[in-house]
Amino acid sequence: MIVEAKGLKKEYRGVRALDGLDLAIAEGEIYGLLGPNGSGKTTTILILLGLTEPTAGAVRVCGHDPVREPLAVKRLVGYMPEKVGFYEELSAVENLRYITRLNGIPEGEARRRIAEALEQVGLREVAHRPVATFSHGMRQRLGLADVLVKRPKLAILDEPTSGIDPEGAAQILDLIRRLRDEAGMTVLLSSHLLHQVQRVCDRVGILHRGRMVAEGRVAELTASGGYLARVGRASPRLRARLEAEDWALAVEEVGPGELALTLAEDGRPALLRFVAEEGGVVLELRPKQPTLEEIYLRYFRE
Amino acid sequence: MGAVFWKELADHLGSRRFFLLSLIILVVAGTSVYLGIQGFQQNPGAAQDFPYLRLFTTAPGALPSFLSFLAFFGPLLAVLLGFDAVNSEFTRGTVSRVLAQPIYRDAWINGKFLAGLATLGIVVVSIVLLIFGLGLFALGFPPDGPELARLGVFLVVALLYLGFWLALGILYSVLFRSTASSALAAVATWLFFTLFLYMIAGVVADQVVPVRADSPAEAWLRHENLRDFILRFSPVALFEEATLPILVPSYRGLSLLALLMQPGVPTNPLPLGQSLLVGWPQLVGLLALTSVCFAAAYLVFMRREIRTS
Repeated sequence: MIVEAKGLKKEYRGVRALDGLDLAIAEGEIYGLLGPNGSGKTTTILILLGLTEPTAGAVRVCGHDPVREPLAVKRLVGYMPEKVGFYEELSAVENLRYITRLNGIPEGEARRRIAEALEQVGLREVAHRPVATFSHGMRQRLGLADVLVKRPKLAILDEPTSGIDPEGAAQILDLIRRLRDEAGMTVLLSSHLLHQVQRVCDRVGILHRGRMVAEGRVAELTASGGYLARVGRASPRLRARLEAEDWALAVEEVGPGELALTLAEDGRPALLRFVAEEGGVVLELRPKQPTLEEIYLRYFRE
Repeated sequence: MGAVFWKELADHLGSRRFFLLSLIILVVAGTSVYLGIQGFQQNPGAAQDFPYLRLFTTAPGALPSFLSFLAFFGPLLAVLLGFDAVNSEFTRGTVSRVLAQPIYRDAWINGKFLAGLATLGIVVVSIVLLIFGLGLFALGFPPDGPELARLGVFLVVALLYLGFWLALGILYSVLFRSTASSALAAVATWLFFTLFLYMIAGVVADQVVPVRADSPAEAWLRHENLRDFILRFSPVALFEEATLPILVPSYRGLSLLALLMQPGVPTNPLPLGQSLLVGWPQLVGLLALTSVCFAAAYLVFMRREIRTS
C-alpha cells in the first residue's frame, strides 16, 4: 500500500472536515476521490502531503509519516493543487526551474526533465512565454508538468479537470492514464465529476461530510442501478400487465402509447415477452447508470 | 533555502516597484549631497574634520540631510518590499505548490526575509558608494580609516533599521489576507512613526509639563525628557539617535542636559567605541524591535493553515 490512512479526523475551528476517514491505495493504481464540494477531499490531500496535521488518526504515505517526516513524503509525492497558481511574470520554464531547484535536482538533469515534461503536456512551443499569457487549460497542463519534473512515485492531483472544456479535460485524463502505464506512477485524483473520472480511475471512493460512503471499482458502483426501458405502441392491457409485475419498479406514460419504465435486472426476458405478446415495440432498453448524485443519495438513505 | 533566496532576490531586483523607489531615494540623496558639497566650496573650513561624514549629515538651506532622507524614505522602500511577500502567494495559489516541495516552511519565510534584506543592502551600499564617488570628485582626497570604519558601522545600523520595516511588511503580509489591506496598514504605520508620533509627542509633553520661555531649567528638562521618552517608541527616532553619534564624532548625546552644558563640553571627536556607547541603548532597542517583528511574522506564518478556501 502506497497510501494508508486510518481513522483520519480534522477540525478547522470547530468545523469537522474529516470524520474518521479510512483510505488505502495500492501501488500503480489510479484512485479517484469523489465527492461534492466541502466533503473533505482537499483536506484529505493536504493531510497526505503533510501540509496540514490531522486532529486524530494515522497516515503513512510511501512508507513515511507525513506529520513526522514531511520532507521525506514531499520528496516522493508530486502535488497539483485545485487552483494551481504560477508566478505570472516568469515563463513556464522558469516556473518549473524554481521547482527543480527547490527539489535540489542538478541543473543539467533539471533542463532535460523540464524539456521532457513540457513536451509531454504539449507546451513546448510556449515554454518561454510568461505564464500570464496562458489560458486556463494551459495552466492546468503546466501544473501537470510541474508534477512530472519531480518524477514522483505518487502524484496527487486535486480537481485536475475543473473548469476545462470537455476536450481539454479528455486530454488531461489521457495523459494521466499514460503516466501510469508508462512511468508506473500511482495517481490519486479528486473530482466532483464522476463521468469524467470513471474513464481513467481503477477505483473510486465517494466522500461525504468527511466520511467514505462508498468505495470500489467504477463498474461495481454504477452497475447496480437496474434497467431503463421505453416501450412504444403500448396498449392499456400491456400497461396493466406490466404494472402487476414485481420487477417493474416504475411505469409511467410519457407520450401517446409510449411508456417509460424502470425495471430490475431479472425482469428483462419477461418484459420482452410481454411486449411481443401485446403487439408493442421496445424502443430502448439500457442499464441505468446512476449519476454520482444518485449514488450519494442511495448511500445516504442506508 | 538558497533556491528561495535567489528567486526572491531576482524578483525584487527586477520589479518595477523596486526600480521606482530606488530612483526616488537616489535622486533625493544625490541632491542633498550635491548641496552639501556646494556648502564646502563656499565655506572650506567646514571640510576640515571628517568631510565625508559631513556629506551624510549636513545640508545647507531648507533641504534635509541624507541621513534624514534615509530615515524617512528608507522605510517606505523596505515596507513595500515586504507587504505582499506571503499573502500574494496565497492569492496567486502558488503557496501550496511551493510548500509541497521538500523544503521546510521556515526556510521559505527566512529566504524571503533575507532576500529582502540583501536587496536593501544592495540599494544602500550602492548609494553610499555613489556619494563617496561624488565626494572624491568634489573634495579631491580619499576618505581616511576612521571615516571608513564609521561608515561601515553606519551601514550595518541602517540595514538593521530597514530590516525592521521589512519584517513589519512581512508581518502584515502574513496577518492580512489581501495585499491591499497589508499595503494600507504598512503605509499607515510608516506615516504614524515618521510624522504623527513627533506631533503627538510634542502635544503630550506640552500638556503634561507646560513650559514657557521663562520656565525654570528643571521644567524644560522634564518636558524634553517626556518628549524623548515618547519618541523612542518610534524606530525612526531610535535610528536617528543611534546613527548621529556614529556619523558626528563630536556628538555626545541628545539630552537637553548635554545641550545646556554645551559651553563646558569639549568638542573634539570621540573614538568610534565611545561614539557607539552614546547610541548603544537605541541600537539595542532597534535590534529588539526588528527581532520581535520578524519573530511575530514567523510564528503566525508557521501556524497558518495552508488551505485558502
